[in-house]
Amino acid sequence: MSEVQMPSSLKGKAHVYGDHIDTDRIIPGKYTKTLDLSTLANHVLEDLDPSFKDKVQQGDILIAGTNFGCGSSREQAPLALKQSGVALVIAEDFARIFFRNAINIGLPVLEIGKHSIPKNADVEVDMRAGTVTDITSGKTYAATKLPKIMMDILNEGGLVKYLKKHGNYSLENE
Amino acid sequence: MGYTIAEKIIAKHVGHPVRSGELVVTSVDGVMATDTTAPLAIKAFKEMGGQKVFDPEKFALIIDHAAPSPNERIANLHKLMRDFAREQNSRLFEIGEGICHQVMVEEAYVKPGDIFIGADSHTPTYGAVNAFACGVGSTDLAATMMTGKIWLKVPQTIRVICHGKLQEGVTAKDLILFLVGKITVSGATYKAIEFTGEAFEGLSLSSRMTIANMSSEMGAKAGIVNPTGLELDYPFEPIMADADAEYIKTYEFDVSGLEPQVSAPESPDNVHNISGYEGTKIDYAFIGTCCNGRLEDIDIAAKILKGRKIHPNVRMVIAPASKSVLLDAMKNGSMETLINAGASLITSGCGPCVGTHQGVPADGEVVISAANRNFRGRMGNPNSNIYLGAPSSVAAAALEGKIVNPKKYLV
Repeated sequence: MSEVQMPSSLKGKAHVYGDHIDTDRIIPGKYTKTLDLSTLANHVLEDLDPSFKDKVQQGDILIAGTNFGCGSSREQAPLALKQSGVALVIAEDFARIFFRNAINIGLPVLEIGKHSIPKNADVEVDMRAGTVTDITSGKTYAATKLPKIMMDILNEGGLVKYLKKHGNYSLENE
Repeated sequence: MGYTIAEKIIAKHVGHPVRSGELVVTSVDGVMATDTTAPLAIKAFKEMGGQKVFDPEKFALIIDHAAPSPNERIANLHKLMRDFAREQNSRLFEIGEGICHQVMVEEAYVKPGDIFIGADSHTPTYGAVNAFACGVGSTDLAATMMTGKIWLKVPQTIRVICHGKLQEGVTAKDLILFLVGKITVSGATYKAIEFTGEAFEGLSLSSRMTIANMSSEMGAKAGIVNPTGLELDYPFEPIMADADAEYIKTYEFDVSGLEPQVSAPESPDNVHNISGYEGTKIDYAFIGTCCNGRLEDIDIAAKILKGRKIHPNVRMVIAPASKSVLLDAMKNGSMETLINAGASLITSGCGPCVGTHQGVPADGEVVISAANRNFRGRMGNPNSNIYLGAPSSVAAAALEGKIVNPKKYLV
C-alpha cells in the first residue's frame, strides 16, 4: 500500500453519499476474508454505487452524512477505501469502530456535523486548521478536533508505525 | 455525584476514579479475534514488532465466520490462525466449537467487572455478564495483543429503563428490536448503554446476551445489563451503578404491553409491530448467530414446529451458537424436532448472517432471520430482503410461509 503522508491541504472533487452507510455497503462481508488488499478496491462501495470503483481517482475525497461506517468491525472497510485511492473521508459523524480503524490504518477522517455539500462539489480541506470548504458555495465547515493520541497515530502513518516507534501508548500532553 | 457501571469498571482497571470524557490507557482482561479479523491482526501484530501476546491465557482465536472453510483462500487464512495460536500457546476454537461471543461467555474468558476487547462489532454482548466489552478492528486488536492495553475515552452512558414484565410469547429479541427502533442505529454512538428495570431482571443469561448484543446496532461502545437477577455458574461481585450516577440521557418505557416486533429491510432500526407485516411471504428462515442461536432460541422454535412441517415453499437453516448448545438441543429433543419439521442443520458459526456461505439468498427472495443486521447485501446478495425477528417469529413464519404473530403458537 502506498505511503500516506498527511497532506496539509487537499483540493478536489468530492464523491458525496448519504447517511448510515454501513460497512457491508463499503465492502461486502464475502470479500473481506483476504490478506490481498488489492482485491478489496475492486468491490469498494459495490452495493451502494457500482460505478464508484471506476470513477474514484487517487487523492479523491469521500463525503457522507451521519453514522458513516456503521455495522461490522471489519478494518477491510477503511482499507478498501484507502486502497481505491480515497485520501480522506469527511462525514457528519462516524460509527466508532470505523473511525478508530481509519485512523489506525492512516486514513484521515473528519467530522464536520450537519452539512449541505452537494454531489460533485469541489472542496478544499485544510488539515491543520481542520476546515472543509465547499468551493462552489463558499461555505466553510469546522471539523471536530481529534484527541492528541489520534493525531499522533495519524501523523506516524497509522498505529502499526506508531507502536513500532513508541512500543506503547502515550497520553502525555493530552 | 455517583458513577455509572462503565466508569466503575474502568476506574477499577486504571486505579483511580474516572469520569466520562476522560482518555485513559487501561489494562484489559481478555482479547479475541475471529477469522474475519484475526489474519489482519496477526499481520499487524508482527509488523508492529509483536513477538509474544501479552498473556496467552487471555487471548483466544475463533474460527466461526467462514467455518468450515468454503474455499482455498479462506482455508489458508484459517491455517495462519492455527499456526499463530500454536506458536503463542493460546487457545484456538476450531470450526464448529461455536460463535466467538458464545464461547467467550461459556468458557468464562470474560467475567463480571472485566474489560474485554474483541475484534468483532458484537463484542458488547458481554455486557450481559456485567463486563465492559468493546469491539475494535484488527490493528487496534493487534496493539492490545502486544501491550495488554488499549486507549479509550470513558464513555457517557445512556440509561434505558424498562418497566413491566414481557407478556408470554414476547421475548428479549422483541424487546431489543423495540429499543433499537426507538433509540435508532446512531442513537448511542460512542456511548455506553445501561439496561435496567423490571423487564430485564427476570431474563436468563441467554436473553441478556441477546439484549447486550444489539447495543452494537445503536452504535454503542458497550451495553451493560443491570446484573440484578444475573445467574452464572461461578460466584461474582456484581457492579451496579450508583443511584446518583450521571447519565447523558434516560429512556423510560413500559413494555408490559409490547407485541412481537420485526425489523424490516434495510436497517435494524426500521422496527414495527409484527402485525404491520403479517402476510409478507418468505422464502427462507434462519435461526442462529451471536444474537439468537442459543438453546432457548432453538427450544422456542421447536415448541412451535413440534409435530409440524415447515411450509413447502420455505427452507429453514439452523446454526447453533456453539457445540454445547447443539449437544443440549440434541439431548432435549429440540434439534430432532426441527430437523423432522424440515430444517437444515449447519455448522455452528456466523456464515449465513455475514453472507460468507451456507445459505446465501437468491435474487428477489425474502428472508426472516433471528440475526441482528438486515443491511442491504448483508447475507451475501444485495437483491434479497431481510426481516429480523425473534426465533419464535422466524419459526412461525417458516411454518406458514409468511410473517405471522407467533403468539398463537405459544400462549
